[in-house]
Amino acid sequence: MKRFTDLYWRLDATTSTNDKVAALRDYFAAAPPDDAACALAVLSGARQLRSVSTSQLRSWAAEATGLPAWLIEECYAHVGDLAETLALLLPDAALDATPGTDLGLAEMMQRTIHDLRATTDDHKREVVADVWRRLAPRERIVWHKLLTGGCRVGVSRTLVARALAEVAGVDPAEMAHRLMGAAAADGPAYLRLLASESTEADSRRPYPFFLAAALDRTTVEHVAEDLGAVGDWQSEWKWDGMRAQLVRRGEAATVWSRGEELVNEAFPEIAAAGESLPPGTVLDGELLAVSDTTLLPFATLSKRASRKRVTNKVLADIPCVFVAYDLLEEGGVDLRELPLAERRRRLEALVPVPFTDRLASLPVQPAHLFLSPLVTGGSWAELAALRAEARARGVEGLMLKRRSSPYGVGRTRGDWWKWKVEPLEIDAVLLYAQAGHGRRAGLHSDYTLGLWDGDQLVTVAKAYSGLTDAEIVELDRIVRATTLEKHGPVRICRPTVVLQLAFEGVSLSTRHKSGVAVRFPRIVRWRKDKEPAEAGTLADLRRMIVAT
Amino acid sequence: MRSRFIEHTAPPLGPYSGLRGMTTVNDLLRVTESGLYCERGDFYVDPWRRVPRAVITHAHADHARAGSDRYLCSAAGKLVLRTRIGGGSPIDTLRPGESVSLNGVQVSLHPAGHLLGSSQVRIEHGGVRWVVSGDYKLQDDPTCDRFEHVACDVFVTESTFGLPVYRWQSPERIAAEINDWWRANRDAGRASVLLAYALGKAQRLAAMVDPTIGPIVAHGAVMKLVEAYRASGVRLPSIDRVPAGARRVGDGRALVIAPPSVLGSSWLKLFGESSVAMASGWMMLRGVRRRRGFDRGFSVSDHADFPGLLAAIDASGARRVLVTHGFSDTLARHLRESRGLEASVLPTRFTGEASPDATAAADDGEPDANGDGDRPDADALTTS
Repeated sequence: MKRFTDLYWRLDATTSTNDKVAALRDYFAAAPPDDAACALAVLSGARQLRSVSTSQLRSWAAEATGLPAWLIEECYAHVGDLAETLALLLPDAALDATPGTDLGLAEMMQRTIHDLRATTDDHKREVVADVWRRLAPRERIVWHKLLTGGCRVGVSRTLVARALAEVAGVDPAEMAHRLMGAAAADGPAYLRLLASESTEADSRRPYPFFLAAALDRTTVEHVAEDLGAVGDWQSEWKWDGMRAQLVRRGEAATVWSRGEELVNEAFPEIAAAGESLPPGTVLDGELLAVSDTTLLPFATLSKRASRKRVTNKVLADIPCVFVAYDLLEEGGVDLRELPLAERRRRLEALVPVPFTDRLASLPVQPAHLFLSPLVTGGSWAELAALRAEARARGVEGLMLKRRSSPYGVGRTRGDWWKWKVEPLEIDAVLLYAQAGHGRRAGLHSDYTLGLWDGDQLVTVAKAYSGLTDAEIVELDRIVRATTLEKHGPVRICRPTVVLQLAFEGVSLSTRHKSGVAVRFPRIVRWRKDKEPAEAGTLADLRRMIVAT
Repeated sequence: MRSRFIEHTAPPLGPYSGLRGMTTVNDLLRVTESGLYCERGDFYVDPWRRVPRAVITHAHADHARAGSDRYLCSAAGKLVLRTRIGGGSPIDTLRPGESVSLNGVQVSLHPAGHLLGSSQVRIEHGGVRWVVSGDYKLQDDPTCDRFEHVACDVFVTESTFGLPVYRWQSPERIAAEINDWWRANRDAGRASVLLAYALGKAQRLAAMVDPTIGPIVAHGAVMKLVEAYRASGVRLPSIDRVPAGARRVGDGRALVIAPPSVLGSSWLKLFGESSVAMASGWMMLRGVRRRRGFDRGFSVSDHADFPGLLAAIDASGARRVLVTHGFSDTLARHLRESRGLEASVLPTRFTGEASPDATAAADDGEPDANGDGDRPDADALTTS
C-alpha cells in the first residue's frame, strides 16, 4: 500500500509528463506482479466496484471523530474531496502500528475492499476502523478512494503504456495495443502482458483510438492558411454520437466504446450486424440513435449506452446505427499504416451504403451498418458554407482528415481536425455558486447562471469551465462578498456578475424550470463591462431554438 | 508617553449609526463603522479607520492601520508597529499584564503568540471582563511570547482555521520537513525558495530552520522586519540581504525567504534553478497546493488550528464567545451545540470569510499583504 501511495502522490505532485512516466516506470519495475496488475487496473480507469457507500463512511467517521454530521459536511464543502476530508478529520494513526504491517496493494484491496462486499455492515465498520488506525493520512486518502470506487489518477492511458513499454522493452504503440480492451486480471496475466504472450482476450482486442484535435483557428481564411490545399483533406460530418470500434474476428463481433468498454449488451443489434462482416475486420465509427425521420439527440443515445441489458421496448424506441468512417483491419491484417485514402477505398467496398440525414430514404434492411458519407466541397469556402448548416443537420460540424495520413494513436495533432460549428452565445447572470473539487477545491467555481424572464431571473444553465485560474479566484471573492443565503455548499448570490455563456444548442425541456435546456454550456468570458440588467432574456434563448 | 493616550478626554456620547451585529448598546465593546469600539473607555481595538485612540493587537495590515492620532500596543511590539505604520503618531506601550485605566475601564495586554508583540486585549469594567484575542496561536514560536490563557466573561476569537480538518503538526516536525527539503535541494545544487508573509512567519521560519545546512538570504521586505525583530531583542540566525543590482545570488545552497508577491517576478531568477515552497496553513489542502503550483507546501501557520481554538476558548472560561475572521458561522454553531456557549458571529470589515487564495498568497489571514486582498468596502459590512 505504501508503494502505491507513494506513486499516487508522486503523480499528484507533478504536471510534467516525463516525471509521470518516470514515476510509473519506477513503480511497475519494483512492484510484485499481483500489485502491478491491481495498480494497472486502477490507473487504466477500470470500473471499480464500491464495497462501502460514502454515506456509511461519513457516519462511521462521525462516530470515530465525535464530530456532528453537519460539521463533517461543512469540511467536505471546504476541502472538496471526501476521501481527503475524512483522512484529515480522523484521529492520527497509532505510530507504532505501522512497521511491518504494510500490505501489498493486491492483498490490501482483497482483504479490506473486495472481501467487504459480501459481509455485514458491522463487519465492514470493524475493518474500516482497523484500517483507519493503521494508515497515515496520506495513505488513508488513497485507500478511501479505492474503497469508494473513485480512485482516478491524473495519467492518460498513453502515459501508462509508455511506462509499461519501457519496463517491458517494447515499442509504446505496441504496448498501447496490448493494453486495449482487457486489463491484466492478476499477476500471471500482468507478466504475460509484459512478455507479450497472446491470450484469449487478444482475439477481441480493439485498436487504440485515434483522436482528433480542435482547430486552433476556425475562420475560413485561417483554416486555408493552416491546412493548405483543400484537396489534401477528406471531410465528413462530425456526428454527435458515441465513438466505437466494431471488431469482427473468429466467430463473434464485439462493440467497443472509446472508454474501452465492451458494449455488446447495450448495442446487440450492432454486434449482430457486425457478424455479417468477413472475419478479421475492424471498423472505426460512430454509434447514432435514429428514429424513422430524424437523428435522435445524444441524450437519448446515452440512455441506450448506460443499459446493462436492453429490453425489446428500448430496442424499438431507440434504434441505433453504426456509421463507419475508417477500416483498421481487413482479412486479419492491420491497415493502420496505409494512407487514409486507401483505407477509405477499401472501406467503401466493404460498407457501401452511405448514411444520410434524410433518414426516410435509408434502405430498411440491413439498417444498422452504414458508411459515413464524404462532404465534398471544391474550396474551403464551400466547406465553410456546409459547416454553417451543421446545427440544422443535427451534427457538430466537420471532420477534416489528411488523405495521406496513417491511423495514429491517441490525440496526435496534425492529421485529424475537428472543425466544429461556432457555438451559440448569450450573456447570463451569476445566480448561485458552489465550491469546486480537486484543483478548485474550496473555490466557488461551479456556477449557475440565469436569464431575464420579465423582471425575474430564471436559471438556465450550470457552467464549470472557461475562466482563468486568476478569474476564478477573483470571482470566488465576489461570491463570498455577495452571498445572500447559504444552502450547504451552495451560495445564492446577489446578481452582480455577467458571464458570456457559449453552448452548442438549445432544446425544449420539461425537466428544466426555464422550459429550455442548453447543450455543453461553458463560459467564454467575464463581461465586466455589463450590468445584470443588460444580460440576455429567456425569450432571446427561445429564439435560438427556432434558429437551430 | 502612555499618559497622553490615557488622559485623552472622551467626546460626549452620541447615538451610533454603525451599531450592528451581535453586540448591543449595553456591551462594553461593540462594532461601529470604524471598528470594535469601547464607548465607556473611548478607544478602538484594531480600528478600520483613523480614530483618536487605537489599541493594536498586532502589526499585520488588517489590524494595524496608519493614520490614527495615538496608538497603544505591547512594549515588545512597538518597533514592529512603528515599522509598519511609519512615523508621526505616538505609540504608547504596556508590559505584559500591566494594567491601565482608560476613563475608568481597566485595560491590559497579554501575549497572543501570533508574532512578536502580538497581544490579547483584556478589558474590564463594572465586574465584566472581555478579552479580544486578536490573531493567536498556541504553538511554541521562538520569536514571540507564548499565548497566555486569560480568564474572562466574553471572549472574542478569530476562526481563520476554524474547521476540524485543520490540525497542525508539531513545530519540530515541520522544521524537520523544511530542513530535509532544504538539504535535498542543496545537495542537488538548487536554491530553496521559501515563500512566507514578510512579518512574523518569515522571522519565525528563519528561527526554526537549521542554519548549519547553508546560508540564509532574505528579500528586502523581509529584511526590514528582521532588523526590527533584532532591535527588539529577538535572536535570529545570520541572514543576508539580497544586494541591490545583483545579477546572480548564491550557488544553489541557500535558503531564500521571500514574500509570496515575488512569484512570477524576475527577482526569483536571481537564484538560478530553485525549488519553490509555500509556508501557510492553507497548504494542508491538496487542492490549494495543486492549483497554486508550488513545488512544496508546508502547513505552518501563526494561527491556532481547530483544537487550538477550542483549547483557548475552553480555558478562557467565557460563557459568551464572539467569533470573527474566518469560519465564524461554523465555529459559532459548533460552540453552541457542543458546549452550550452563547456564541455568535462578530462581523468584521473584511468579508469575514477564509479563502485559501485570498490569503494563502500572503500570510494566513493577512489579506492585503499581496496587494490583492479583500478590499474593505462598505458592502462587506452590510452583507456579511
